[in-house]
Amino acid sequence: MLWLLVVFIIATGVLVGGAVNGKTGWGPKLALDLEGGTEMILAPRVQGDEAINQEQLDQAVEIIRQRVDGSGVTESEITTQSGRNVVVSMPGTPDQTTRDLIQASANMEFRPVLITGGFAATPKEDRTPKEDLPKPSGKPENPSDTNWITPELFQEFEGYDCEVELKDRGGEAADPDKPMISCDREMGVKYILGPQEISGDMIKDAYAQLARGVNGSVTGEWVVVIEFNAEGTKLFADTTQRLIALQGSQNQFAIVLDGETISAPTTNAVISDGRPQISGGFTQESSQALAEQLKYGALPISFDIQSERQVSATLGADQLTAGLIAGIIGLVLVFIYSLFQYRALGLVTIASLLVSGVLTYLALVLLGWGMNYRLSLAGVAGLIVAIGLIADSFIVYFERVRDELREGRPLASAVDIGWKRAKRTILASKAVNVLAAIVLYIVAVGNVRGFAFTLGLTAIIDLIVVYGLTHPTLVLLARTKFFANGHPMSGMDPSLLGVKPLYQGAGKVRRFDENVAANRGKKNAKASAEAAKRMTIAERRRAQTEQSAGSNASGSTQAKAQEENNE
Amino acid sequence: MNKLVTWGNELYTGKRSYPFTSKHRLWFLIAGILVILSILIPVVKGGFNLGIDFRGGSEFTVSDVQNTDISIGEETVSSVASGSEATVTNIAPGTMRVQTERLSDDQTLAIADQLAKNYGVSSDEVTSNFIGPTWGEDVSRQALFGLVVFVVLVGLLMAAYFRTWKMSLAAIVGLMAVVIVTGGIYSLTGFEITPSAIIGFLTILSYSLYDTVVVFDKVRENTKDYTQQTKRTFEQLVNLAVNQTLVRSINTSVVAVLPVAAILFIGSYLLGAGTLKDLSLALFVGIIVSALSTLFVQAPMFHWLRHKDEDVVAHDKKMAAL
Repeated sequence: MLWLLVVFIIATGVLVGGAVNGKTGWGPKLALDLEGGTEMILAPRVQGDEAINQEQLDQAVEIIRQRVDGSGVTESEITTQSGRNVVVSMPGTPDQTTRDLIQASANMEFRPVLITGGFAATPKEDRTPKEDLPKPSGKPENPSDTNWITPELFQEFEGYDCEVELKDRGGEAADPDKPMISCDREMGVKYILGPQEISGDMIKDAYAQLARGVNGSVTGEWVVVIEFNAEGTKLFADTTQRLIALQGSQNQFAIVLDGETISAPTTNAVISDGRPQISGGFTQESSQALAEQLKYGALPISFDIQSERQVSATLGADQLTAGLIAGIIGLVLVFIYSLFQYRALGLVTIASLLVSGVLTYLALVLLGWGMNYRLSLAGVAGLIVAIGLIADSFIVYFERVRDELREGRPLASAVDIGWKRAKRTILASKAVNVLAAIVLYIVAVGNVRGFAFTLGLTAIIDLIVVYGLTHPTLVLLARTKFFANGHPMSGMDPSLLGVKPLYQGAGKVRRFDENVAANRGKKNAKASAEAAKRMTIAERRRAQTEQSAGSNASGSTQAKAQEENNE
Repeated sequence: MNKLVTWGNELYTGKRSYPFTSKHRLWFLIAGILVILSILIPVVKGGFNLGIDFRGGSEFTVSDVQNTDISIGEETVSSVASGSEATVTNIAPGTMRVQTERLSDDQTLAIADQLAKNYGVSSDEVTSNFIGPTWGEDVSRQALFGLVVFVVLVGLLMAAYFRTWKMSLAAIVGLMAVVIVTGGIYSLTGFEITPSAIIGFLTILSYSLYDTVVVFDKVRENTKDYTQQTKRTFEQLVNLAVNQTLVRSINTSVVAVLPVAAILFIGSYLLGAGTLKDLSLALFVGIIVSALSTLFVQAPMFHWLRHKDEDVVAHDKKMAAL
């Protein structure tokens, strides 16, 4: 009992210390379904349908984390799930930019622009007649060669409606060796692009900064700087070498992310140091967004949204309230039933449940602080279900004590023996509970975890309370007159349990027969004998007659008492 | 209380006894029929009522609605995504649920906005949920995996604790019956199967075995070294154990069901469909089935598995000779 108090005081002390210093709140941390917020479950998709490995998944998490943090969302949580999915949880509702950034798949490449066209499809009557369609004059010599444009490609280009295509875009990567049509949302145009010049994984870094003038002073204009690796540097130098000599659209190169052009800057110089600067009309936000996309765009993994959940704060609060109300009702019902079944002993159940409740609360707050555990609605349900499981430990224990009382033992020794038996049963059954909780926690997806966690936690707290509070309390109570004499309201009234009371009123107390106790003690060495001893009335009678020849049977007091009661 | 306690006393001494083991054929027959029915019902009915998590789709919940007109929701959906069907239900006072087929991300957002506007609530009151078609499968696959791992581990644990694999086997056979019958009840009543209900099923596994362990522990105690006594046969000892723990079994089930019933009531009445209701419903059904199964399937099954064993047969003969 003492150690329980010590645990309790330490936990409370830590909590109070943490809360006063503002390191933790007074309450447990709440999960998204109770607090409101957005949860997205993303399934990474690797090119060529290969299974994703753990390393790639970790990389994906890191990239998404940086994307989300980079977008200014605080308190987001990114975790993996069953080795396949990435779960993103964040408070509130993310704006379009954040959503796009999270989902943005990462097939990035650089391609030269061949021609530019309007965002929408050209009206049918205005389209180029068949005879005027551009015809390649020979094999294309480099990626910028307009010979890439076949009549079919041109026709498709004219009929290409970006409004429609952007929505239905499957996210399939275009063939890097062939030209493609790509839309540019920002500029409201579409392009025919030549084959890939540089792939995104050659980007080493990208960042936004304020441009510097010739004399090194800050000009106030935002630019995006890309840093290529050695291979990228060389390829980019070749590309700019070629583009600088070309006019119009052909002077531009497009940065393509998953088929969509995110930027198509013109080439102003040959960049041989591998550090091109993109400038022109950027704000701080837009330049940073582009830099982020460039930086993390190199990963060849894209994400499918498997499930997305937005819980309004109102619904979250409603669910929490409902859970708490259900918990209180459940607790009160169990209290009433315990009192009905066990009378004063029911108070021990109630006290134990209350202490378990307080300990659970402390554990949840501290785990929220230390391990960032968040209580979800399923977790709350787990706690409520646990009320019944915790109360059952007391039932198992009390029923065992009653069994021993039925054997005619005085309460103190009944508690002692009953505890020894009940302890085994409680440990074995709680082991099943904890095992189930651990298995569920390890294999579980999503909110099953929260549920498993609280089930396991309460099973352990239950053990702590049964050992540290319920049993010691019962031992103490067994010494009080009220219980030891089997007051009718104690719930341990031997006469009710089919035993003649030791206390017979008017100050007469029948003494518990020490010989019987001794005999029993010996017999109890083996649990088997225990069962054998539980005789039917007829058996007892027969045993008695057989025995009566011997001593005048001080040991038969018990059997007689039993008989009287049964008649 | 007096009656219940007296009843408990009589069960304890063996004066009153219910034939859990001796009538095992009857119980097994009933259990068998229930299991077969539970397998047939989903086949005949064409499966289960799977929740949106298994079908894939978009779901919106609008809270604090004054005007709970279903057509508002339907019109909102058709105005944004023409041609897609919407199922609108008033799941709880002031709460509307709109379910549609799978919409694109943009459509989902647009509908959430429109629903808030058309139902006259702020956009904070709208909860949206977009579920890909493989999500539910993921959950069930993991659940199934969890079930197998758990059953194997718990089988080993029980075999080690009770020092006989027959108790493990009996417990697990009973457990399967519980899971199948609970599934059958779900199919019969058309309760929706959601990931929360799956959590409920998994918890039933734990609860069912927990319940069985307590009874089996008494059986173990009663039958340990039973060959050294000649008062009762092995079967009678097993039956006595079940009877002796009957009061506890009843108390346990009541105490376990009370909080679950509270969640079920609050979950259905205050919140309508959702985590709490789905989970507690599965538990409510499962706890009752588990408690019955421990008494009528698991315990008699253990006796039945043992009754041909040499030691039991020898002891029975010895008893008959007395």
